[in-house]
Amino acid sequence: MTSRMDARFAKLKAEGRPALVTYFMGGDPDYQTSLGIMKALPEAGADVIELGMPFSDPMADGPTIQLAGQRALKGGQTLAKTLDLARDFRKSDSDTPIVMMGYYNPIYIYGVEKFLDDAIEAGIDGLIIVDLPPEMDDELCIPALAKGINFIRLTTPTTDEKRLPTVLNNTSGFVYYVSMNGITGSALPDPSLISGAVARIKGHTDLPVCVGFGVKTADHAKAIGAAADGVVVGTAIVAQVAGSLTRDGAATPDTVSAVSTFVRGLATGVRSARLVAAE
Amino acid sequence: MNETPKPNSFRSGPDEDGRFGIFGGRFVAETLMPLILDLQGEWEKAKNDPAFQKELADLGTHYIGRPSPLYYAERLTEHLGGAKIYFKREELNHTGSHKINNCIGQILLAKRMGKTRIIAETGAGQHGVASATVAARFGLPCVVYMGATDVERQAPNVFRMKLLGAEVKAVTAGSGTLKDAMNEALRDWVTNVEDTYYLIGTAAGPHPYPEMVRDFQAVIGQEAREQILEAEGRLPDVVIAAVGGGSNAIGIFHPFLDDEGVQIVGVEAGGHGLDGNEHCASITAGSPGVLHGNRTYLLQDQDGQILEGHSISAGLDYPGIGPEHSWLNDIGRAEYVPIMDDEALEAFQLLTKLEGIIPALEPSHAIAEVIKRAPKMGKDQIILMNLSGRGDKDIFTVGKILGMGL
Repeated sequence: MTSRMDARFAKLKAEGRPALVTYFMGGDPDYQTSLGIMKALPEAGADVIELGMPFSDPMADGPTIQLAGQRALKGGQTLAKTLDLARDFRKSDSDTPIVMMGYYNPIYIYGVEKFLDDAIEAGIDGLIIVDLPPEMDDELCIPALAKGINFIRLTTPTTDEKRLPTVLNNTSGFVYYVSMNGITGSALPDPSLISGAVARIKGHTDLPVCVGFGVKTADHAKAIGAAADGVVVGTAIVAQVAGSLTRDGAATPDTVSAVSTFVRGLATGVRSARLVAAE
Repeated sequence: MNETPKPNSFRSGPDEDGRFGIFGGRFVAETLMPLILDLQGEWEKAKNDPAFQKELADLGTHYIGRPSPLYYAERLTEHLGGAKIYFKREELNHTGSHKINNCIGQILLAKRMGKTRIIAETGAGQHGVASATVAARFGLPCVVYMGATDVERQAPNVFRMKLLGAEVKAVTAGSGTLKDAMNEALRDWVTNVEDTYYLIGTAAGPHPYPEMVRDFQAVIGQEAREQILEAEGRLPDVVIAAVGGGSNAIGIFHPFLDDEGVQIVGVEAGGHGLDGNEHCASITAGSPGVLHGNRTYLLQDQDGQILEGHSISAGLDYPGIGPEHSWLNDIGRAEYVPIMDDEALEAFQLLTKLEGIIPALEPSHAIAEVIKRAPKMGKDQIILMNLSGRGDKDIFTVGKILGMGL
C-alpha cells in the first residue's frame, strides 16, 4: 500500500514542484479555530500539514511557538484533543498527509501503544518528536514504524557525514533539514549553504528532503523551494494566528483568514521555485 | 574521584546509554546529539587522565578548600537527645556551597573541548555563582539563566554573579523558576552549539551529565566516609541530604550505596503540603516522565504537561529530580521524604541559634528531617547530613517571612 505521504510526494514530483509543508499549533487559541485553520491550509495551497502538539516545556522552540503552546494549553488542549483535530479534519480531507510534531512526554504519558493505535485511527501519517534522537529509537520510532506511521527525523548543520547515516536509519516519509542550529523562529540562513546541505543529505537517502527554520516570506519559500523537495513554514504561520487575536488571546473573525492569506502567498512562492531554478 | 564499583553494586550505573534502570537516557534535539557524544568521549578520556585528575585535585585543595570539615554538632545533638549528628560542611567551600565541586570539574572539561563560552542555569543562584566564579578563574565569558522570580528572591547572588563578570539573563517564561531557566539555557545551547559549553548544575539532564556531575560531587561522600571512620571508627546509621535536582545528595550518597547498614534518605521540598500542586516532591508525589534530556520522576498532569511546583527554597524549586535518585527510590536503596516550607524555616532558625551556622534554605530541609529522626534514634547511633550551602543568600527571604526589618 502506498502511504498518503509517499503518494503526495510522488504527485508533487510529477508536477515538478516542491512541497509546501505548513505547521500550526493544535488548539491555538481554541479547538474550533484551530480546526478551521487546519481545514483552510490545503485550500490555501499547503501540501503537508504539521500538527503541533502543545507542551509546557518546548525546549527547542522560540517565543512565538512557546506562546502558541501556552495559549493552546490554556484553552484546554490535550493530546487526545489534538488527535480529535486530525479525526475531524479527515472527515473532509483524506489526501493531505498529517504529521504530528512536538515533544515526547505527553505521548509517553498517554501510552505509546495506545497513542499509535489512536493516531492511525485518527488518520495521522507521521511523527516528528524533537527530543527523540536515533539513540532513543526504541521508545517510539521503532513501534511507530512497525505500525506503519512515518518517523520523520530532523537533521541539522551539526549532523556531520559520520552521523548522517545514523540519523537517516529508521527515517521515513521525508527528511526535515533544519537549516540552522537554533530554536524555531530564528533568521533564515544563506540559501546557497542550504542547497549544498540538501545535496549532501541526498547523497545518503532517496527520501524527499524538506527544509525549514527561518522561512518567513513567499520569497524565502521560493528560494528554499529551488533547492529542496519541500519548504517547511511554522513560526511565520503561528505569528499570523497570534497577530489576529484579541488582547486576551481570543480568536477573532480574522484569525483563519489571516492564515489562509499568508499561506496562499507562500504557495505562490513555492509554485514559482522551480521556474527560478530552471532559468 | 569515584572508586570503581564491584559487581552487583548499587554504584555501577548508568549503562552505556546513560540509563539507571528505566531512568536517564538522552532525550535531546538532534542538534545537541553530536555534542553530547563528544562530551561523553571527552569525559571518558579525562576520567582516566592522571593530569586531569591532578589538576582537579589541586584546585580542590587550593581553590575550593577541600577537604571540607566533618563537624560534630554537639549542641544540636544534645538538644534533640538522640543520635549523634555530624555535618559535612560543604557550606565552607569557596562560593559557599557544594556547587563549586562540579563547576571546577566541568570547566576543565570545557577547556579540553576548546569551548570558549560558558552557559549555566541557576535556581538559588549558588550554581550560577559557582559557574561565574570558575568562568572568571579561567577567563571565559559566562551567561547565567535565572528565573525572574528567583532573580528577585536571591538578589545577593545575582549581584555576586554580576561582580564576577557574568551576564545574568532573567527568564520570565512559566513561573520564572529553575525549570524555565533550564529551558532557556537549552535554547541558548542549541543555538550556539559550536562554541558553547553548557555547565549543568545538577545531576540531571541528558547522559553523561547525571553520571559526570555525580562523579564530581562524589568527593563529598568519599571524604565524609573517611572522616566518619576516623572520628567514630564506624559508618553512620543514616545519611541525609536535601534533594532538588539532587547533586549534593548523590554526591554524599554514592560512596555509601554499597554499605549495607547505612540508610540513605533524600529530603524533597514539600512546599505548602502535598495535597495540591504547591510543592516540589517529585518522587513522593510525582510520576515518571521525560523532561530536560532524561526520564525521571516529574510533577506533571494527566496530559504529561509539567507542573510548576513551589518551594520556599529556590534551589529545590524544580519539578524533577536526577535520574539516579529515581532509580535508587524504585529499587528501594534510598528513601525520599518531604519536608514542608515551615518545617525548613524552623530548622533554619534552630541551627542558626544552636550551632552558630546559618544554613541555606535547601539543607534546612535536611536539617528538619534530622530534627524528626534524631530523637527517635539511640544515643549510640550516628546521622551524617550534608550541609550543602550557607544561608547568607536567604536572609532577606527569611527576614521577610519572619517580619524582621533588615
